[in-house]
Amino acid sequence: MSLIVGFIILLGCQFLGELIVRGFSIPVPGPVMGMVILLVALLINGRVPDGLRKTGQGLLNYLTLLFVPAGVGMMVHFQLIQADFWTIIVTLLVSTAVTLAVTAKVMMWMNQRAGGAGKTK
Amino acid sequence: MNFVALDQVWVYLSGNPLLSLLVTLAAFYLATRINILLGRTPLLHPVVISIVLLISFLLLSGIEYSTYFEGAQFIHFLLGPATVALAIPLYDHRERVRRLIWPIMVACVTGIVTAVGSTLGIAMLMGASRETLLTLAPKSVTSPIAMGIAEQLGGIPSLAAGLVLLTGSIGCALGPWIFRLLRIKDPTVQGFTLGLAAHGFGTAQSFSSIGALAGAFAGLAMGLSGLVTAFLLPLIVALLGI
Repeated sequence: MSLIVGFIILLGCQFLGELIVRGFSIPVPGPVMGMVILLVALLINGRVPDGLRKTGQGLLNYLTLLFVPAGVGMMVHFQLIQADFWTIIVTLLVSTAVTLAVTAKVMMWMNQRAGGAGKTK
Repeated sequence: MNFVALDQVWVYLSGNPLLSLLVTLAAFYLATRINILLGRTPLLHPVVISIVLLISFLLLSGIEYSTYFEGAQFIHFLLGPATVALAIPLYDHRERVRRLIWPIMVACVTGIVTAVGSTLGIAMLMGASRETLLTLAPKSVTSPIAMGIAEQLGGIPSLAAGLVLLTGSIGCALGPWIFRLLRIKDPTVQGFTLGLAAHGFGTAQSFSSIGALAGAFAGLAMGLSGLVTAFLLPLIVALLGI
């Protein structure tokens, strides 16, 4: 039964998330809002129910598999990709590398500052 | 059993959800084995291998993508509850997140501005069409969010989803290399960076090859950057006058 309880909680949060997002026309996907709802619920509840942990861990272990069906959809856009091929490839490569480097550096730097400030308190 | 009957069986099965589900799982299993054989290289991510295998299979067998997706949508659907489930590792590491709240916020906004700015800048320099430009803009964000943003801006939603996946695999391939170059060993920083630049791929990669703490921060970065980008991107595009 624990798997069922886990799925009820996850789908319930997603459903609530969709309701809120659509109801207030917020430009954020329902599942992301559902994640926020579940996080708030867990903080109020104070512990993760066993069933939820089991189901959640199972899903997160196979997170990459879940992207495959959407990825296969690229086959529909071969012509569009071909038209701007080099622009797309160079942009993706360079921009992703720059983003990784800048984000990591900024967070490292901020971490060290936060660590230093913590010591002086 | 004669040949005609087999032929009819194939016609029946190729339009059946059962076949799409079976080939998707089989391709993923095979891709994971191939990746292990290649020494778990992040350059050929199991997802990328699975996608190549499946596209080849569909092209060879003449099955339309829409027919395939009728079956594969059962797997695709689980992305929703899986996204919700990201709250669990976040809850587990809530103390750490609370302590690092400022580094997280600053890194998130800087990361997004860098991602969007560099994408638009490079693509503009290379003379991309307006449509391609607006489709590329949300590439760092997880695909359901990116599709919504691309649509809102006037890009192509389904192509945006594809570019998001490409970005994800590029991020996973470049990540370890950049971390080594910059000497970054902190799992929270690695996870957060991968989640921000490579969304769900980066999150999955963090869980599987760095650990649960990195995974939690990657999930946080993915959710947070999705939220912030959805609000920031229309502003940046308006500012640049695209």
